[in-house]
Amino acid sequence: MKLPESDDTTGAVTPAVAAQGRAGILRRLLRNPVAVTCLVLLALISLASLFAPLLTSQDPARSSLTDSLAPMSGKHPLGGDGVGRDVLARLLYGGRTSLLGALLAVAVAVAIGVPAGLVAGYYRKWFDAVSSWVSNLLMAVPAIIVLLVVMSAVGQNTYLAMAVFGVLMSPGVFRLIRASVISVREELYVDAARVSGLTDARIIRRHILPVVQAPTIIQAAQMLGLGIVIQSGLEFLGLGSATQASWGSMLNDAFGNIYTKPELMVWPGLALAVTVAAFGLLGNALRDALDGTAVTGRKPSRGATTRKQGAEKKAPPVISEAAQDTDDALLVLEGLTVSYPTAQGEKTVVDNVSLTVRRGEVLGLVGESGSGKSQTAFAILGLLPREAQVATARLVFDGTELGRLGRAAMNRYRGHRIAYVPQEPMSNLDPSFRIGAQLVEPVRRHLGLSAAEARTKTLGLLERVGISDPERVFRSYPHQISGGMAQRVLIAGAVSCEPDLLIADEPTTALDVTVQAEVLDLMRSLQSERNMGVILVTHDFGVVADLCDRVTVMQTGAVVESAPVERLFADPQHPYTRMLLASTLEDAEPRSALGLSRTMSASAAGITHTGRQEGSA
Amino acid sequence: MIVFLVRRIAAGLVLVLVIATTTFALMGLTGSDPVRQIVGQTATQQQVTAKSAELGLDQPFVVRYGHWLADAVHGNLGSSWFSGESVTSSLENKLPVTLSIVLAALLVSAVLSTVLGVAAAVRRGALDQVVQLLAVLGFAVPSFLVALVFAVVIGVDLGWLPATGYVPLADSAGGWLKSITLPALSLSVGAIAATAQQVRGSMVDVLRADYVRTLRSRGISERSLLFRHALRNAAPAALTVLALQFIGLVGGAVVVEKVFGLNGIGSQATSAGSQGDTPVVMGVVVVMVALVVVVNILMDLAYGWLNPKVRVG
Repeated sequence: MKLPESDDTTGAVTPAVAAQGRAGILRRLLRNPVAVTCLVLLALISLASLFAPLLTSQDPARSSLTDSLAPMSGKHPLGGDGVGRDVLARLLYGGRTSLLGALLAVAVAVAIGVPAGLVAGYYRKWFDAVSSWVSNLLMAVPAIIVLLVVMSAVGQNTYLAMAVFGVLMSPGVFRLIRASVISVREELYVDAARVSGLTDARIIRRHILPVVQAPTIIQAAQMLGLGIVIQSGLEFLGLGSATQASWGSMLNDAFGNIYTKPELMVWPGLALAVTVAAFGLLGNALRDALDGTAVTGRKPSRGATTRKQGAEKKAPPVISEAAQDTDDALLVLEGLTVSYPTAQGEKTVVDNVSLTVRRGEVLGLVGESGSGKSQTAFAILGLLPREAQVATARLVFDGTELGRLGRAAMNRYRGHRIAYVPQEPMSNLDPSFRIGAQLVEPVRRHLGLSAAEARTKTLGLLERVGISDPERVFRSYPHQISGGMAQRVLIAGAVSCEPDLLIADEPTTALDVTVQAEVLDLMRSLQSERNMGVILVTHDFGVVADLCDRVTVMQTGAVVESAPVERLFADPQHPYTRMLLASTLEDAEPRSALGLSRTMSASAAGITHTGRQEGSA
Repeated sequence: MIVFLVRRIAAGLVLVLVIATTTFALMGLTGSDPVRQIVGQTATQQQVTAKSAELGLDQPFVVRYGHWLADAVHGNLGSSWFSGESVTSSLENKLPVTLSIVLAALLVSAVLSTVLGVAAAVRRGALDQVVQLLAVLGFAVPSFLVALVFAVVIGVDLGWLPATGYVPLADSAGGWLKSITLPALSLSVGAIAATAQQVRGSMVDVLRADYVRTLRSRGISERSLLFRHALRNAAPAALTVLALQFIGLVGGAVVVEKVFGLNGIGSQATSAGSQGDTPVVMGVVVVMVALVVVVNILMDLAYGWLNPKVRVG
């Protein structure tokens, strides 16, 4: 609650960060060859139009019948147009019309859009409602129609038309600024500034303007291109001042001579396309430069601890049994390594991991977040993102080497023989399809059932996982059911094709404590009923004690200890395992004294009821 | 859903009314003297007064607007000041031309941007680069420039398709298709560029989503994953962009019709606009804005159909 202090830091830090960011963006922009090319081209085009009188002695408006459609010559370096005007002079002077017109349009759009967006986003209320309504209205009208009307009513003045076009483009700026302001306004430092009594004008100037600057510049670059397109479109239609040279009117003239001299189209067309493309690409490059700051400015993400540091701290792994020595192995994984390319080089997230699951056995895969346990699970399923680099010595499932299967063959195992229960129930159901359709699809595919049979089977499954009204859930969309219900649906989906191996990635972490216990009970009963092998990824020793037969402990991507669950709890060998267990038990002690009921077993606290733990404590 | 539809239609009507009023005010209150243009510079003052009375221009602005609105609600948009032709019937003749190229362009944009966007998102690599480049080019090259190049190269030099003229659908389906192919294609370039970019972006996002990984874990086919699940979830965002692009298509038709010598609403807008023929301009504006409103309502309906949260909630 030290408000003045928090204001001091925000007041000092934000502009400094913004200034640093701006310099960084400019530097990054100048390192991008596309951006530099665009800047150079645009500079050349601007300079050429600005100094047109120095580059040509010809008058762009003077026509002479003898020079009509004249070929290239010393007098007319690019030839003459349909009425004998010099093409080069018109090209140079025409650039003025196009660039100035576009600049005017963008200036008007920014002059209207930025203040309106700031006020609407910052103060909301009636001004926001009214301006948003007007902005939607303006966006729904084809611009060229409005410009036709304006020109026919007020007279054919190019700059007036472009000013009006600026008004028509202002909703784009308005919406961008409004959205940015609304999101910044919710930030804590703006709140702090407001509470400490800074005036609104000061808050807008110091905290909000720096944020909206960059996106406005990007949009301005693209609007400049758009302005040139519209401006030349109008001139092409013959709506514009007849005395003023422009690229659009040159194209109009070329169109009139399309059968006799189509090459007249080339110069204005090229000038137009190059200029607009340069503005568009420059806008993209600015955006990339901006994204670049966002990425490098961020702290390294979790698990980014380099392997070396981890390895130095770590004691040698303790494997209480040779994993591959089992005859009834359902899954044997040996020497799995997963790495990702990053800007700082290869980052290894799973390093030489081996594990075994026997038929009907529950293996706990335990470790802190970022220890590589989920990555290991996805590697077995073949579900790692495409940029992951995966190497395994062996990945044998029920006698088949999965590493050698093609995508289609692997698809016959996934869902059918090896199934997966995800961590976060709500984000793992397709929001656009009814629950029933999502469950029926794999059942039909793997088991070859008819639609009606698949439906009956699915309804039965929903009932089996404890859903009281399966018909209703079957017809529901994911957003219509609760998280606990969704996790039951996902478990039903996983076991629907009677898999031999179930890989569950922290299946209860995202759920309420009471629901956690029910879901664990469900998993336990399904496992024993179907004699499935299970890999249970978790960071929770309570869950391990509750469900698992054997445990493999991972730290920073590598296995540190693997043992049957009783032995691990009774006599943990590896210092990291001891540390994990100790931290779990510390949490647990006060609660165990209160004698919590069995339903609490799933919480981080609860391994009290198992008996196994009591031996170790 | 019904409430939503009624509200959208009401909003659309308000839009048409506001635009019509603004246009009428602009045309009626600004300085130019249409009567002098109609009767010619040599006409006597009496002739001018007579014409003025005939067109109702001697009445106050509000009365004129009231008359126009009352007639317009009954489907009568008045007659051209210059040719005397009924605006309603002339729009009826020209609407099919514009509708053909604009709707064909919308269809082409939807199909091609989906194909390109999905391919870029799934294949990445070189194909992705090509689509990104096309998006920039499509943005950079205005549709009338594309139209000019198509007309010269494909229409004139190669002679594959007609460079000018329109064949009504009732006369010959093949001829109709040929006559609208080049205009519709050149019109759609910009919309394809923008929409393909959006399809690519949302497909990339959706393919990274948790539920796609979970669907994959169930072993469903790659085809179903891409076209049934991922595309369905990427479609609403793309549809929003396409709806915005349609407004641009209607505007672009004005220019493209000129290049291909099509006698549609766009070329009528150009000529009426440069003459200051208020009844025709009003008719064109009303029809074009109404077209945008109708297509946008249809797109909203499609959006609701694609997005169950909107539909049910």
